[in-house]
Amino acid sequence: MPMVDIDWLREHVEVPQDLTYEQLAKDLVRVGLEEEEIHASQVTGPIVVGYVVDAVEEPQKNGKNIHWCHVDVGERYNDTDDAGNKVPRGIVCGAPNMAAGEKVVVTLPGAVLPGDFKIEPRKTYGHVSDGMCASERELGLGDNHDGIILLRHYGFSAEEYAALKPGDDAMHLLHLDQPILEINITPDRGYAFSYRGVAREYHHSTGAVFVDPVTDLAAKAPVTQGIPEDHATDIEVAVEDHGPIHGVVGCDRYYARAVRGFDPAAHTPNWMRRRLVRATMRCMSLAVDVTNYVMMDLGQPMHAYDLDKISGPIVVRRARAGERLTTLDGKDRELSVEDLLITDSPDGQRGSRILGLAGVMGGLYGEVTASTTNILLESAHFDPISIARSARRHKIPSEASRRFERGVDFDMQPAAAQMACELMEKYGNGDPSPYPVDLNTAPRRQAIAFKASEVARVAGLDTPVNTISEILTDIGCSVAGGGNGIFSVTPPTWRPDLGEPCDLVEEVARLVGYDEIPVTVPPAPVEGAVGLSPDQRHSRQVADELAEYGMVETLSYPFVGDDDFSKAGLDRDALAPISVEVANPLAADRPYLRRSVLLTLAQTVQRNRRRGIDDVSIYELGHVYLRDPNAPAIPALPGAQRPTDDQLAALDAGLPKQPLHAAGILSGKAVRTGWLGEERDVDWTDALEAVNRVLDRLGLAVAIEQPSADQVPVSWHPGRFAYATVDGTRVGCLGEFHPTVNERFGFPAHTGGFELDLDLVFAAIDGKPVQAKPVSTFPPVRQDLAFTVPSTVSAAQVRDAIVEASGDDLERIELFDVFTGDQLGSGVRSLAFAVTFRSSSKTLDSKDTEALRRAIVDGTAALGAQLRA
Amino acid sequence: MAEDMAFDAQAVSDEVAAGIEQIGKADDMDGLKAIKSRYAGADSMMTAMSKAIGALPADRKKDAGQLMGKLRADFGRAFGQKASAIKERDEARALAAESVDMTMPVRRRPLGARHPIAKVMEDVEDLFVSMGWQVSRGPEVETEWYDFDALNFGPDHPARQMQDTFYVKGNQAKDAAGFVGSNMVLRTQTSSDQVRALLTRGVPLYIVSPGRVFRTDQLDATHTPVFHQCEALAVDKHLTMADLKGVLDKLAVAMFGPEAKSRLRPSYFPFTEPSAELDLWFPDKKGGPGWIEWGGCGMVNPNVLKSAGIDPDVYSGFAFGVGMERTLLLRHDINDMHDLVEGDVRFSKQFVMGE
Repeated sequence: MPMVDIDWLREHVEVPQDLTYEQLAKDLVRVGLEEEEIHASQVTGPIVVGYVVDAVEEPQKNGKNIHWCHVDVGERYNDTDDAGNKVPRGIVCGAPNMAAGEKVVVTLPGAVLPGDFKIEPRKTYGHVSDGMCASERELGLGDNHDGIILLRHYGFSAEEYAALKPGDDAMHLLHLDQPILEINITPDRGYAFSYRGVAREYHHSTGAVFVDPVTDLAAKAPVTQGIPEDHATDIEVAVEDHGPIHGVVGCDRYYARAVRGFDPAAHTPNWMRRRLVRATMRCMSLAVDVTNYVMMDLGQPMHAYDLDKISGPIVVRRARAGERLTTLDGKDRELSVEDLLITDSPDGQRGSRILGLAGVMGGLYGEVTASTTNILLESAHFDPISIARSARRHKIPSEASRRFERGVDFDMQPAAAQMACELMEKYGNGDPSPYPVDLNTAPRRQAIAFKASEVARVAGLDTPVNTISEILTDIGCSVAGGGNGIFSVTPPTWRPDLGEPCDLVEEVARLVGYDEIPVTVPPAPVEGAVGLSPDQRHSRQVADELAEYGMVETLSYPFVGDDDFSKAGLDRDALAPISVEVANPLAADRPYLRRSVLLTLAQTVQRNRRRGIDDVSIYELGHVYLRDPNAPAIPALPGAQRPTDDQLAALDAGLPKQPLHAAGILSGKAVRTGWLGEERDVDWTDALEAVNRVLDRLGLAVAIEQPSADQVPVSWHPGRFAYATVDGTRVGCLGEFHPTVNERFGFPAHTGGFELDLDLVFAAIDGKPVQAKPVSTFPPVRQDLAFTVPSTVSAAQVRDAIVEASGDDLERIELFDVFTGDQLGSGVRSLAFAVTFRSSSKTLDSKDTEALRRAIVDGTAALGAQLRA
Repeated sequence: MAEDMAFDAQAVSDEVAAGIEQIGKADDMDGLKAIKSRYAGADSMMTAMSKAIGALPADRKKDAGQLMGKLRADFGRAFGQKASAIKERDEARALAAESVDMTMPVRRRPLGARHPIAKVMEDVEDLFVSMGWQVSRGPEVETEWYDFDALNFGPDHPARQMQDTFYVKGNQAKDAAGFVGSNMVLRTQTSSDQVRALLTRGVPLYIVSPGRVFRTDQLDATHTPVFHQCEALAVDKHLTMADLKGVLDKLAVAMFGPEAKSRLRPSYFPFTEPSAELDLWFPDKKGGPGWIEWGGCGMVNPNVLKSAGIDPDVYSGFAFGVGMERTLLLRHDINDMHDLVEGDVRFSKQFVMGE
């Protein structure tokens, strides 16, 4: 994001002499330009101007040539000889351009350069070097490290250069000591990618006097209408866009102006170089630096071509299928038919040679070089969408594309070229042409009918109509009408974001100040349902119940991959097609979204165990994502209009199902050995209890359905797995994981868990109020009943038979003993139940009890159960 | 004692007095019972003298009887008091002997804990429910239309590229900008629920929509690719930015205490106009109270209302979103995002059931 240099800002707006960067940041944030960071200077002094008194070349054995120099660094920093006289410092310098008589930049002992490079006196090549003559790169001023900075070539005028004295503070001279403010620009404020825009906003914030530089420059730019017939324009230009995007021509303004007789050896002036460096731009050559400077200053990206290498006409057109371009960064790119190109026409072949990707990046041909004397400046306006797509497609977020895609002022192209011409004329002796070409089809801005009352209706601000009009005028709008409370507001050419009344409301509100908006609380809505929905309440109950059971809630990332599948023993090839896959995953090995919460919970258990926590029982409420490979493709629909019901249905039809699940993993010890007793491993019983508690809490009757071992899913222990069912619907499963799975995850034996589909669970809740039964005050009768039962019969079957046979008088039934043994014989086991009978209408006597007992014996006989004596 | 002793008032009085003195000295129940048997048993002088009354002349019988009654009562009272004193003392000794060290740890089942993120989202829900709002939830794998287009992020909108979106593979279609895609993303913001809620619930609408969102940021001390937001949306007639400020102040106080308040700064979001950054006055900020960035907000952009078929000239609304992770990092002085996302049980257990 852009840097704001107070020194540069001052060009366009009156800035207090003592303005600090902290205050500047505060002023700008008030109008919506947010501070990213105030970058402190990375350099500490002393760094001074030095005059090279002598420089003796000393060839070294290692083949290097060094200079042993004496450099005058001024009275304060010069060396003192034995006699107490101040004498120049001895400095060893390896740079080839070192020579006596030069003024250089000397970093003295105590200075610190970027990269925490500390300058100290050091012995080298047989001398003590008492400082260092610095290159651009060493000072963080650029890339140049071919030699040291020779101030003679650093853009000072003859008078300025002559005035540089040994010992002068070079920190300040080169602005090394200044911090700089980096700001964030929201996408609607493209114009703030320039000093022109930031200065205007500073004016809005503080009231400081702002002068729009474009006004004056535009007035000085040569007229392009009515050029005499005998004077050809600098070049012929045509826009031939046969593939406009959304019907918008890719280039609606192409302004080009020549600068002839330019001195390619001219140096960029120091002030410009300094500003560009501080704006993090690389300094290249005067011609390129000027175009960059104008871009930074006014916000108009420009391109400088070598006019002698270009054959007119310049044709702006879309790329053809198969065309390629090697861009300035050296990358060869295959072009898309949507890419907008700048081309020229060698040998009469119209538009046959590609000069660059319009508004994004130039190509290798046609650039200005170190020998260019005749320059063609391109100052154009391109369709933001076309530029954005090209930049996105080719992954070139250039300074130019960043501005074009946010929208560049379509009325400042001549002014920008004028500014560049003036700079090239002044510093490069160029001769700006009076015959530029201006191909302008940019549409005029439409006026917005703006009800002043919108400010109150939307922003809640009671702003006087006159103030509204003044504010809109100040941001550059032309404001007309207003008699009936409706203004006709034409936004300025640099504000493409202002198109609707609400945009104008924001401008008024932010310039009046958001702090001025009153504070009210809207009354509670009275229509519709209130409170949490049943499902929302129930999911809280589930989460709370599991925490109360002693488990810890976690939230895992939903991403899974092959490693997770294989650890769980799952078939990747079967899962991949029915899993949602992220196209650009952060971790390439986990591109899928989970179909089971257990799979990501397992990662969390592992992480805890790796950290030395042995007993980990955790749960998560989260979504799983079930892809239907046959789901229809989701249509792309425009915004700002309500889709039809069919279109809305089509949107949802393509989405994966995303039910809410609750899953838990229980591992380690359920109980630790302590003075109260022995330890116990967590096992399937703990998982079952968790499920029972959750479903009981929701008032649901859970039934456990245990499949035969060969029907158990692969991740689970074949003999210790069951489905939880409610009203015959499987709502989840539980048990111990397969020992191999536990081993692969590094979990202790018997680690298990559960996973419930809460969408199914909640659907089973009827939501009706509990119908209370009267509490019987008659006495209970307790009986123990032990049965010999074939091993193939489950405890639940026997219990259900007892419940069925007992009828309404059964109050409670509990299995209290299970055993197998030789005395019973093989293939059978003993199940002992404690049952409690209680009637709601009388005291049960021995006859009643005997009848119940007989009914139970009869009822369980069908299962092969026999009551033991 | 010899049979047929003559009644001797002095002797029996002395004897009982001696007995009562013995009771006073008794130290245990067995000794006390032996004293009782000696002074009040069948062979005691008291018993003998009671019998001897019969042999007294009639005129002395009454006094003798009264004397014996008093002596018996005195002895009985002394015995009774001593017996309960000894019993009480013995019981106290026995219970003291049953003392345990109650500083020993006894919890055998661990205390569970809710995750602070889940809990803080419930807190936000509760605040809004208390104001009469409803809680809504949208899907996490979402269509680009709901996540972007309906919210006024056109296919070529620069902000759409700034969202660091996770794209989802799916049945291939072309997106609106002609790039190949499934038109499906992991939602980048809970704002994706705005138009869903408007379409399904209609207006007037007052909803809060908490949930998970996704951005392609690597996990580090301040970022996580999977995080949580709470979106709030109110659409009604006559709602203004003043109402937005009022609700934000309420949320600030609910989350950060009575001194907290909110402040708006101009900003930009495609789905709001005017838009603002939401700053929070945080009294417990490290290094002293101050403003910190908390979320984004604004008045619902008319194009968003149009996406739901609602007339923006009649209805207006406001929306805001705050990050739940950020809220917790600030409120609980959590220095590293890793702690919030890694699921280390030691972290969650600090919060128990929330707070």
